[in-house]
Amino acid sequence: MLLELKDVYVNYDHIQALQGISLDVKEGEIVALIGANGAGKSTALNAISGLLKMTSGNINYEKRPITGHSPQAIVRGGIIQVPEGRAILTTLKVRENLEMGAFARKSNRLKEDMNAIFARFPVLQAKAELPAGNLSGGEQQMLALGRALMAKPKLLLMDEPSMGLSPILVREIFHIITEINKQGTSILLVEQNAQMALDISQRGYVLETGRIVLEDTSANLLHNEKVIHAYLGGC
Amino acid sequence: MFLQQFANALALGSVYALFAIGFTLIFGVLEIVTLAHGAVFMIGAFAGLMVVTKFNANPITAILVGMMASGVLGCLIDLVAVRPLRKRKFHHLAPMIATIGCATIIISISQGIFGAEVYRFPFDFMPATSFNFWAIQLTLLQIIIVGVALSLMMIIIFLLKRTKWGKAVRSVAESPRTAALLGIPVERVFLLTAFAASALGGAAGVLTGINFNAIHAFMGGPIMHRGIAVIILGGMGDIRGAVLGGLILGFAEIMSVAYLSSDFRDAISFGLLFVILLVRPAGIFGSHIERKG
Repeated sequence: MLLELKDVYVNYDHIQALQGISLDVKEGEIVALIGANGAGKSTALNAISGLLKMTSGNINYEKRPITGHSPQAIVRGGIIQVPEGRAILTTLKVRENLEMGAFARKSNRLKEDMNAIFARFPVLQAKAELPAGNLSGGEQQMLALGRALMAKPKLLLMDEPSMGLSPILVREIFHIITEINKQGTSILLVEQNAQMALDISQRGYVLETGRIVLEDTSANLLHNEKVIHAYLGGC
Repeated sequence: MFLQQFANALALGSVYALFAIGFTLIFGVLEIVTLAHGAVFMIGAFAGLMVVTKFNANPITAILVGMMASGVLGCLIDLVAVRPLRKRKFHHLAPMIATIGCATIIISISQGIFGAEVYRFPFDFMPATSFNFWAIQLTLLQIIIVGVALSLMMIIIFLLKRTKWGKAVRSVAESPRTAALLGIPVERVFLLTAFAASALGGAAGVLTGINFNAIHAFMGGPIMHRGIAVIILGGMGDIRGAVLGGLILGFAEIMSVAYLSSDFRDAISFGLLFVILLVRPAGIFGSHIERKG
């Protein structure tokens, strides 16, 4: 087991954002976490990343507890989040964004790693010396992914990678995510686009107002009547 | 005559710029206006004076010691007064008020130790040598002031632009939350910023002490107001703005004394700032947007 959440509660601003969720990600898996706006998907990722304090519950990573660890310690352990809205550092150059991706890693192979990113995302190389704020939405998502890969993650937490992108770009990004996964990175994928997320994942969880209401293989979830009705636009 | 005033203005303006860079750096990264920066500046001046009177140090050593003392004091202020409030996510005015408290305490302690009198550097500390360039007479003092101020500005800009930790500082300035997600130790970056900014304030303190040959517990007051005016003029959080704003204020002050009246010096220079702000309300390089998280 790579990541395991056990009965995690998070309160903030007097709202019970997570009410005892348990989920796990095994090595090599893509796991989808789907649910409506405000269901607590991002809260779950931020609790894993150490940005939010949990009220109770435990998070284990590589069989060791990481509950209460600082965000830096969690990044150093190999859990990297690509947050909602990409969180590009717009005032830094594209190249500098990638460098900061490797901040927590003792890296003497920075150049080689960056060249590998440039090979995967040629558009980033072409714009390497520009402020990252100049990039389009799709390019920013690629930069966010490239920056996360600079950290050599074992587990990638992706928050709404499809947000604000055209269908063609969404397909491209999801293709890249599966490729990253094939090279050995496990992925916890938070999405409102349930169809896309379940298409590329092996297992999925459905989150509703802070609780996990369904968990199954993605293939089963795609045929689950409740999921079809609530998240896949079927009637 | 004009060129001579030009040289004087450059010396005064570059010290203002140095002071304002520290100010604007703390604002840009920690998002607080630290009203202890004047007191930090004063401690730098006293530390520089101490090594000169006790150990006969040369001007460069005095500046370095002043920078160290102020830098350490800046870290202390961050650890004791600002960090606890940051942790509890108080309104951003709370840490600002805490820095007023720090300033008051620091000034009172200095007054207790040094009294209210004005201290001077030893008579032979700075040789009255001067050099003639065309029509301008530059004193050794002016050359040192401008040289040190410009070097420090270039060093801080180099550090921010080119080094790993400098880039981390800029990342935190844009978004502490994103920086944390990248594994940047945000609290350590805050501390580093407080050190560097305060050290620049300390350097400005020593240079001002040498320039006017007057060091006292209250010397940080006037430059605080100028520093605030300069960073607003230049654009909050912008280093180029602090440099340009500092130079503009230096020129306005020197020129109004030289050609108008010394009685109206502050009225004229602050009036000029007011006019510039009417034209560019966000400051010259102003683009400060509310940062996210």
